[in-house]
Amino acid sequence: MSAFATYCCSLIAALVLAPLLPGIINRVKAKYAGRQGKPVLQLYYDLAKLLRKGAVISETTTWVFAAGPTLSLATTAVALLLLPLGGAASPLAFQGDFLLAAYILGLGRFFLILAALDTGSAFEGMGASREAAYSALAEPVIFLCFLCLAGLGSAEQMPMSLSLSSMFAGAPALAWTGSRPEVFLLPLVIFLLLLVENCRIPIDDPNTHLELTMIHEVMILDHSGPDLAFIHYAAALKLWFFSALLAGILVPSVCADPLAQAGLNILAILAVAVAVGVTESVMARVRLFRISHLLGGAGMLAALSLILTLMR
Amino acid sequence: MSLLLQIAIVLLLLGNLAMLAARRLEPRITLVALQGALLAALLLLAPHNGGHLLHSLLLAAAIIAIKAVSFPLLLRRTLRKVSFTPHAVSASKDHKFAVLAGMAGLIFSLWLETRLPLAQALYPPLLFPAALTTLFAGLIMVVGRNRALGQVMGYLVAENGIFLLSMPLMVESSTWFELSLLLDVFVAVFVMGIAINHINETFESIDVGRFCSLRD
Amino acid sequence: MMLLLLLLLPLAGAAAMLLAGRSPLRHAALLITALGHNLCSALVTRDTLRAAADPALPRLEALGGVLCPDALGLVFLCLASLLFTAASVYAVGYLNSENDKKPLRRHFRDGSAFTNAPEQRFLACLCCFLAAMSLVTTTQHLGALWVGIEVTTLASAPLIYFHRHKEALEATWKYLMICSVGIALALLGNVLFTIAFHPQAPEGHNQMAFYLAAAAQAQPEWLKAGFIFLLVGFGTKMGLAPLHNWLPDAHSQAPSLVSALLSGALLNCAFLGILRGHQVLRAAGLGDFSGSLLVFFGLLSMATAAVFIVGQGHYKRMLAYSSVEHMGILALGVGLGGAAVFGAMLHAVCHSLTKCMLFLLAGNILAHYHTLSSYDVRGLRWCMPATAALWAGGFLAITGSPPFGLFVSEFSILHSMISMERWGVACLYLLLLGIIFVGMSVPFLRMVQGATPPAVKGAFREDIFNVGPCAALGVLVLVLGLFVPGWLGAFLRQAAILAGG
Repeated sequence: MSAFATYCCSLIAALVLAPLLPGIINRVKAKYAGRQGKPVLQLYYDLAKLLRKGAVISETTTWVFAAGPTLSLATTAVALLLLPLGGAASPLAFQGDFLLAAYILGLGRFFLILAALDTGSAFEGMGASREAAYSALAEPVIFLCFLCLAGLGSAEQMPMSLSLSSMFAGAPALAWTGSRPEVFLLPLVIFLLLLVENCRIPIDDPNTHLELTMIHEVMILDHSGPDLAFIHYAAALKLWFFSALLAGILVPSVCADPLAQAGLNILAILAVAVAVGVTESVMARVRLFRISHLLGGAGMLAALSLILTLMR
Repeated sequence: MSLLLQIAIVLLLLGNLAMLAARRLEPRITLVALQGALLAALLLLAPHNGGHLLHSLLLAAAIIAIKAVSFPLLLRRTLRKVSFTPHAVSASKDHKFAVLAGMAGLIFSLWLETRLPLAQALYPPLLFPAALTTLFAGLIMVVGRNRALGQVMGYLVAENGIFLLSMPLMVESSTWFELSLLLDVFVAVFVMGIAINHINETFESIDVGRFCSLRD
Repeated sequence: MMLLLLLLLPLAGAAAMLLAGRSPLRHAALLITALGHNLCSALVTRDTLRAAADPALPRLEALGGVLCPDALGLVFLCLASLLFTAASVYAVGYLNSENDKKPLRRHFRDGSAFTNAPEQRFLACLCCFLAAMSLVTTTQHLGALWVGIEVTTLASAPLIYFHRHKEALEATWKYLMICSVGIALALLGNVLFTIAFHPQAPEGHNQMAFYLAAAAQAQPEWLKAGFIFLLVGFGTKMGLAPLHNWLPDAHSQAPSLVSALLSGALLNCAFLGILRGHQVLRAAGLGDFSGSLLVFFGLLSMATAAVFIVGQGHYKRMLAYSSVEHMGILALGVGLGGAAVFGAMLHAVCHSLTKCMLFLLAGNILAHYHTLSSYDVRGLRWCMPATAALWAGGFLAITGSPPFGLFVSEFSILHSMISMERWGVACLYLLLLGIIFVGMSVPFLRMVQGATPPAVKGAFREDIFNVGPCAALGVLVLVLGLFVPGWLGAFLRQAAILAGG
C-alpha cells in the first residue's frame, strides 16, 4: 500500500471519526462521576439533527455572521490537510508549512470572533475578547514547540526539517526515548495547548451555562441549525488536529505495515481523548487570571526544551 | 544508564525552574527535598572514574539522609514554628523575573560549556550546564527572596550546584571531605534555622525587608 | 601530637564550658584553654621552623597529612592564639560585669528589653571558633581550609548575637547569609582548581605541595577562574570592598571582645585562603594576574573605607571600616610582590594587635557611656584615664604614625612601591592613608578631650581585666615599631617568601 493511499485512508478516518472524540471525553467523565452518560455517538446525532433544521439569523447581523461558521470549518480542514496523518507525510507538505497551519487556524478563529462581534451582544463580545486574549498567549507557545521540533530535525539531519510532516512523523519519539529526554517536555506542553485551544477544563468549561465564566461557548450562542453544526464539527476536527500532533510526537514508527501504523496512530488519538476526559474529571477550572500563569509555565517548558535542543 | 542520567538532569533543571517559580514556601521545601534525592541519584548514575562503588553508595546514603530527609524536616519544623499569615505570598512579578533570570543562566552555562573544551571531556553531557544553572538558581533565590527561609533554601540550592560540579572529580580519598562538607552544610542550616526562630520572635515576621536599622 | 592538641584543646574547652556548672570554673577553663593553645602554637611554630631550616628533621604532620603547618599559616595561627588570650582575659571581666547586672536589660538606644545568650553557649562557641581558626591556619588542604572557614562563620554567628536585640539579630543574619554564600563561591574556586589539575590528583592530603609542584602543567584558564572565585568567596569573608557590607554591621553589634577577634584573627584567616590561591597561581606563572587583581581590590577597599570613615559618627563602625582599609593594605602589599609582601606580613601582625586593643577599649567606653555615637562620648581622660591614654595611642598606631609597628609596615610597603616605580599606586596609597588619618583623628581626639557629659556618673573602675590586655597589646605594637626581633623577622620573612616575597 503506497504512502499516499495510507494518507487518504487516515484522512477519511479523521473526517469520519473526529466527532467521536467529544463523545469519548464525555463518556470518560461520566464513568468517572459514576453516571451512565450520553451515548458515545451523541455528537453524530446532534450534527444530523442540526443539519436538518433551518437557521435563525438575527436581522441586525451582516454577511460576516453567516460566513463565520463556514470559514471556520474550511480553515480547520485545510490545517488538518497539512498535518501528516497515520505516520504518512501530507502530500501538501512544504518547507515551513507549520507557519501556514498555525495561521490558518488563527484565521478560522478570527472569523468566528468577527461573527460573534457582529451580533452586537455584550456577552458574545466578552467571550470573543477572552478567546482572542488566550489564543494570543497560546500562539507563541505553539511556535516554540514547532521550533524545538524543527531544531531536532535539523540536528538529526532530516530532510524537510521545517515541515510538519517531518516534525510529527515519528522521529521525535525516537529522540526522546534515545538520548534527548528534554523532547519529552513537548507532549506536556502540547497537551496543555490542546486544552486551551479546545476550551477544555481547566481552562474553560464546555458544559457551563453561566455566560460570565464561558469563553468559547458564549461566542456561538446566536448560531443555530447548519451553522452550529459546522462550528461543532470544526471544533471536533480541531481536537483531532491537536491530538494528532500529540500522537505524532509520542508514537514511534514501529510497524512495517503502513496501515497498521495508521491504526496505531488512530488508537493513540483516541487514547488522548481518554486522557483529556481523565484530566477534566480530576481537575477544577482555574480562575481566569491564572490561565496566563498556566500558559506562561507551558511557555517556559517549551523554551527550556528549545534551549536544550538547540544548544547542546 | 546514560538515558536515566539524562532524564535525571532534565528533571533537575525543571526542578530549578519550578523552585524559582514557586510562590509559597511549602512546595519549595518539597522541591528542595526532591533535588536532594536527585543529587544522590545523579551520583550513582554518573560514570565514576576511579571512585569506588562502595564510597559512592556511602556518600549517596549520606546525601539522602541529610539533603532529602533532614533538611525538609528541619525546614518544615521551622516553617510550622514561624507559621506566618497566609497572605505572605511574595509578589508574582519577582517570580517572573526570577524564572527569566534562571533561563538566562541556563543559556549562559550552555554557551560556557561550548567554550570550555575540558568541561566537555570531563562531564557527562548536560551535567555541567545543569550544575551551573542550579548554582545560579540558588543565588537568584538568595538575592531575590525577601523571606529568611527562602534565602536559606537558596543557599542550599547553590550548595547543591557546587556539589554537582565537583561530582566527576570525586576520588576515593576525598570521601572524608565530601562528608565533612555535608556535615558543614547541615550545621549551617541548623544554625540558620535557629536564627530564623529568633528573627520570628523578635520581628514577628521572617521578612528580611524589615532589616533596615543598620546602615551608614 | 602538639598539632592535634591545637584542635583538641579548644574542643575540649568547649565541652568543658557546656559541662561546667559555675561561672568561675568556666572562666578558669577559658584561661587554661587560651594559655595551653598559646603554648602549643609556640611549640608547633618552633618545630616547623626548625624542620624548614634543617631537612633532616621530620615535618610535623597529623590526621594523615591534613594538618601540615607552614610558616605562612603559622603567622596567622600565632596571631589568633595571642588575640584569643587577650580576649579571654577581657572576657572574664566582661562576663563578670554582665552577670552582676539584672537579667532583663534595656537597649540603650530605644529602651527595648533584651536578654543575653547563656554564658555557657557563648564560651563554647568562642572555643569552637578558636578550633576552627586553628584548622584553617595549620592545614595544607584547600578543602579542609574551606571547611574550617565555614565553621568559623557558624561558630561566630552566635557570638555576634550575644545581646539578644533586634539590631544584633539583623547583623547576625546578614553575617550568616552573606558569608555563607560567599564561602560557597570559594568552594567553587576549589572545584575549579581541581579541574585545572585534572586528570592529575594529589596522592596524599597535602594538596598545596602537589599544586605547587604540578602548577606548570595545569590549565591556566581554569586556574584563573578558580582564583577569581577564591578571591570573591574569601574576599567576602575578609571584608574586601565591594563585598564588605556585613562587616561594619557585625563588628558594631557584636560584644567588643568578639569584634576584636573577628577583626584581628578571623579576617586574617580568610586572607590566608586567598594567599593559598595566590601561591598556586604564582607557581603556575600567573602571579601577575592574581597580583594585579589583589592590588585593584586592595586599593578599592582602601578607597571605600576612606569614604565611610570620614564623618563616621559611630565609633565601632569606624573601627570596622578601618579593618576594611587594613585588609585592603594587606591585599595591596601581597599583590605588589617583592619586599612589599614582607611589609604585608608585618602589617598583618601589627594591625591585628592594634585593632584588637582598640575594640577592647571601645568595649570599655561603651560599658561606661552607654552610647555608640562618638559625638556623645566626651572627656574620656577625666573618667577613664588609662583607657583614654591607650585610645589616643591606638589612634596613632592604627593610622600608621611613628613610632608604632604599623608605621614600619606601611612604610615598607610604600618603599617597595617606589622601588618598583608604581607611582600611581603609591600616590593613591598615600592620599587614601592621609584622608583616613584626618577622618579618624577628629572623632578619636574629640572623644578623649572635652568635659564628661553630666549624664555619665562616677568613674569607671579600670582593672587588670579590662585594661590589662589592651595595655599589653599596645606595648607589643610599640615594641614592633621600635625594633623587630631577629627570630620574628626571620619567621615573617619565611612566610613572605611562601607568599611570593
